[in-house]
Amino acid sequence: MAILLDKNTKVIVQGFTGQIGTFHATEMIEYGTNIVGGVTPGKGGTKHLDRPVFNTMKEAVAATGANASIVFIPPPFAADGIMEAADAGIKFCVAITDGIPAQDMIRVKRYMRRYKKEERMVLTGPNCAGSISPGKCMMGIMPGHIYMEGPVGVVGRSGTLGYEAASQMKELGIGISTSVGIGGDPINGSSFRDHLELFEQDPETRCVIMIGEIGGPQEAEAALFAKENMKKPVIGYIAGLSAPKNRRMGHAGAIISATGESAAEKVVILQECGVTVVTNPSAFGETVQKVLSRKS
Amino acid sequence: MDIHEYQAKEILSGYGIPVPVGGLAYSPEQAVYRTAEIGGEVWVVKAQIHSGARGRAGGIKVCKTEEEVSQAADELLGKKLITHQTGPQGKICNRLYIEAGCNIDREIYLAFVLDRAKERVTVIASAAGGMEIEELAVKKPDSIIRVAVEPAVGMQAFQAREVAFALGLDKSQINQAVTTLLGCYRAMRDLDATMVEINPLVVTKEGHLLAVDAKMSFDDNALFRHPNIAELRDKSQEDLREMRAADRGLSYVGLNGNIGCIINGAGLAMASMDMIQHAGGEPANFMDIGGGASPERTMKAFNLVLSDPNVETILVNIFAGINRCDWIAEGVVHAVQKIDLKVPLVVRLSGTNVEAGRKIIADSGLPIIPANTLKEAADKAVAAWKQATGK
Repeated sequence: MAILLDKNTKVIVQGFTGQIGTFHATEMIEYGTNIVGGVTPGKGGTKHLDRPVFNTMKEAVAATGANASIVFIPPPFAADGIMEAADAGIKFCVAITDGIPAQDMIRVKRYMRRYKKEERMVLTGPNCAGSISPGKCMMGIMPGHIYMEGPVGVVGRSGTLGYEAASQMKELGIGISTSVGIGGDPINGSSFRDHLELFEQDPETRCVIMIGEIGGPQEAEAALFAKENMKKPVIGYIAGLSAPKNRRMGHAGAIISATGESAAEKVVILQECGVTVVTNPSAFGETVQKVLSRKS
Repeated sequence: MDIHEYQAKEILSGYGIPVPVGGLAYSPEQAVYRTAEIGGEVWVVKAQIHSGARGRAGGIKVCKTEEEVSQAADELLGKKLITHQTGPQGKICNRLYIEAGCNIDREIYLAFVLDRAKERVTVIASAAGGMEIEELAVKKPDSIIRVAVEPAVGMQAFQAREVAFALGLDKSQINQAVTTLLGCYRAMRDLDATMVEINPLVVTKEGHLLAVDAKMSFDDNALFRHPNIAELRDKSQEDLREMRAADRGLSYVGLNGNIGCIINGAGLAMASMDMIQHAGGEPANFMDIGGGASPERTMKAFNLVLSDPNVETILVNIFAGINRCDWIAEGVVHAVQKIDLKVPLVVRLSGTNVEAGRKIIADSGLPIIPANTLKEAADKAVAAWKQATGK
């Protein structure tokens, strides 16, 4: 088991024939991901990387039975592509694209609410490195080889910081059930809380590590959720202790613009909610190890 | 992207928001000329810098004669104004906005923001204007009115009326307030603004609403579809190094420490800065060199970090995913050879092709301090900095 993606996930690549789409689709196929085709409007009927190309998502889903998609569409058109995926009945969508206007994402979120909760697509990203269930399926741009299969759920905003955590764990022989990237944008498809809920229900996951950063209310909201609803231990880290106020630190969403959004404030909230806080980013591995050994 | 007050007022005026009569001036003579154009007996000379709290920094002067206007203009032009938003380096005032004074009866706070929790545009208003929102939140939290706008249909007139009545406006002012609120919302939506703030929105003694100050920020990711807004960028208001970085596709934020950072990925960059602090040092900057770090890009990153005179040690931390450590290592070696680096350099590589990368660094014969883990990298950088500077 894992969450969101596994051996049975059939993936359509949106923006398949572009340079970035081609590069990462090749990597994902090599990893063993079941890429069943792609969509590039105007190139329907052709083949790319030995897989069929379609004009629309609906055609792609009808012909392949795909249940997931990964978006490499350029920012001006990406929101449109995400809504197209939702409308075609895709269940899990990973939006890699960085630079989607915030108001486009507001519209995407509003649009997705037209579907019943049970049928609604789970969107992760945009501006994320994707998700991976090690040994089963990779939908993203991460180096697959640094992830080991195991009992820890990972959810984080940053790509490379997630790699850092995964490799520290691998070093200690600790594997991952699923690692989910929710992205660095202010308005994102799904939040830390959404994925904590999924990890809580996943029998393979024994504990969850949440890798947050400055800006926005999502880490605090997730910690409150964990306190009230979770039995599995949650470990948390907030990047940006040395970040000044009102300065955007790379990610569009990494900016302290209100009370409660600084790393120090979030750490206090996490601790109050019973989350084990990783005190510095070189201690991901050992903290997870401690929590796992405490549990068993 | 931020714009100036006068630019925001021009935009908002186009959406039906009442603003005082005013004009731009680049010299004391122009400022005086504007007073004749505007007419009346009281003028306000306002420094145009990208910051709030200009009044407290001496950037806003109320004048009653042409001489006073000329004098105020002379004093403000070319001056660096320091507010709590600009930081200690301040921001230079190159433009003045001369505006008609008005008789203020009461001041209202009004803002439209992108609410991250609600994932909507939210209106924030308070009858206690003039103060900044954070001050309001502490001193008069009960006075704050919040209304979220449903994105599918946009702001409705009833919502604007509710805000207007809650502000305690006179019934003769309700329609003016509704026009102002709906106009601000349309401006925000049409132009992909991330923030519209009118503080204060004044009720004059004559009973009219007037936007006496205005601020707008725009979503950088949406500027591609608003070329007219993108043109309003004033580079003189931006930090020189941050601007240079952005123009070269690098993400850079200058800080006050001595250890320069070159890192890939925003999260890892912040984490590495935290790690430096944990090890007893202070980071000089945030930098994300991004995904495809070519040798040219690495070179640019080095030049940028070294353009900060406070940098006394450099830490490179790369976790290669799409990148490959051997490419990064070649870029680093190339940059160090070209630049004639005078400060200690710690390089930590991890991820794809790490062995090849480490070998290139080791074989280069350059005095590069290698590190294998994040902790080791930060510890070695701080130790090298202490040794080099004797601090």
